[in-house]
Amino acid sequence: MRKYIYMDNAATTKVRKEVLDEMLPYFSDNYGNPSSIYELGSTSRVAVEKAREQVAKVLNAEKNEIFFTAGGSESDNWAIKGVALRNKEKGNHIITSKIEHHAVLHTCQYLEKHGFEVTYLDVDEYGLIDLEELKAAITDNTILITIMYANNEIGTIQPIEEIGKIAKENNIIFHTDAVQAIGSIKIDVKAMNIDLLSLSAHKIYGPKGVGALYIKKGLRLDNLIEGGAQERNRRAGTENVQGIVGLGKAIELAYENLDEKNEKIIYLRDRLMNKIEENLDYIRLNGHRTKRLPGNVNYSFEFIEGESILLSLDMEGIAASSGSACTSGSLDPSHVLLAIGLPHGIAHGSLRLSLGIYNTEEEVDYVVGKLVEIVDRLRNMSPLFNERKTGVK
Amino acid sequence: MMYSEKVMEHFKNPRNVGELEDASGVGQVGNAKCGDIMKMFLKIEDGIIEDVKFQTFGCGSAIASSSIATELIKGKTVDEAMSLTNRAVVEALDGLPPVKVHCSVLAEQAIKAALLDYSKKSGIKIEGLDDFDFEEDDHHGELENY
Ligand SMILES: Cc1ncc(COP(=O)(O)O)c(C=O)c1O
Repeated sequence: MRKYIYMDNAATTKVRKEVLDEMLPYFSDNYGNPSSIYELGSTSRVAVEKAREQVAKVLNAEKNEIFFTAGGSESDNWAIKGVALRNKEKGNHIITSKIEHHAVLHTCQYLEKHGFEVTYLDVDEYGLIDLEELKAAITDNTILITIMYANNEIGTIQPIEEIGKIAKENNIIFHTDAVQAIGSIKIDVKAMNIDLLSLSAHKIYGPKGVGALYIKKGLRLDNLIEGGAQERNRRAGTENVQGIVGLGKAIELAYENLDEKNEKIIYLRDRLMNKIEENLDYIRLNGHRTKRLPGNVNYSFEFIEGESILLSLDMEGIAASSGSACTSGSLDPSHVLLAIGLPHGIAHGSLRLSLGIYNTEEEVDYVVGKLVEIVDRLRNMSPLFNERKTGVK
Repeated sequence: MMYSEKVMEHFKNPRNVGELEDASGVGQVGNAKCGDIMKMFLKIEDGIIEDVKFQTFGCGSAIASSSIATELIKGKTVDEAMSLTNRAVVEALDGLPPVKVHCSVLAEQAIKAALLDYSKKSGIKIEGLDDFDFEEDDHHGELENY
């Protein structure tokens, strides 16, 4: 088989063997509906409850604070719409940031159409929000602060504990989208004063289409999915049992030997970054150098465009992603790159390489070698690079 | 893959990349803001495009569009080059995804811009260029801020 190097682990990951093995019986032999009273039903019910415990444990939450959903997007929608609708008599103001995932941003925009007001906090050049700006944005009408734990494009990790403290002091509900942070960062919802937290299985070597929302005990929010009595009347629909089992196993494994695993991934990340910086000029690291997810590498390469980098990498069997407009089908480059202040031209030339547990040192070295060739080749084709070289303006 | 084999082939092995020192006309269209810039160099003798080179900043389809456009006009007359449409570029590439059709428009415009430059420099009037509207090239200021 052709060599294939997957460096897009922030987009999704492959299901780990151990996770798949746990899931398989629930497709066929153990196919009962968890709501059924006979034995086959209870087998499924027991499996779902085990997974709930596995998720709760890593968050330092209680079992009955975990609700399964169809993924990160649903969890974000539920948290934000649910809190907004439940609290609309109290206030109509929500605070978020400009660099949230679209699952949060588009949900906030939807609520704006329905009478809510949203403050989108700026971020600095590294993608960090300013805590003083957050405090200043709070009004008597503020009912929710929703700030992502770590950014999916540039990997920047927000000061979640401090945000939690500010929310608590002001008696405001705090939601965080932890889809990218889960499996890389130790999270303690109690110590961090997190009221709601979204997570998803497919970023941590679990299956796609399943996630969870942590809802702090006693917190009331409206339902998003109405129907049957599943998930204690709060999220209807026959449980995605095999998916939930996969999520439970995946999250448990993700927090086994977390430090050791992170150490390895950070080593690979730093090697990748150092080599890119040694071998290429006119580049810019996007995101923060240290407050950064272990597996995230994101650079802009001046004078060239991201999609042509991706196509060239793909031709070499390397999977990566870019914030260029050309890869999204829209006219503007990524909102995250614009929010950290990149001019459009530079934002178009961005490349994200995201590392995971299966990447190796040889892969890193191979990718850098190919990347340098590709960047050189595309730059030689670029009128911008040739103007820069010859000084012609 | 969203692109045809033809697009990928031209992206992998673009024809006529580079610049011409002794170009008779040079045209540049697009801007870095939108993510595409094309620059065309034409060498014209006796009304014939003797040589053509391009430089492109842009996505795969922008590079493929410029490459194939140079092939379509090389050795042709100025009038033939003038009549090259973006549709002809799209067809020669066995199609482009709808969001990428603007790349073929840029290729057509880059050639016309180079012909206009040639016309101005040589004093030879070219039919159909007077009312031509180019996309602004405003990338310089932006790169300066970086
Ligand atoms: C930060 C963030 N939030 C939300 C999501 C959406 O999660 P899902 O794909 O499970 O709906 C993603 C993944 O794309 C993400 O990276």
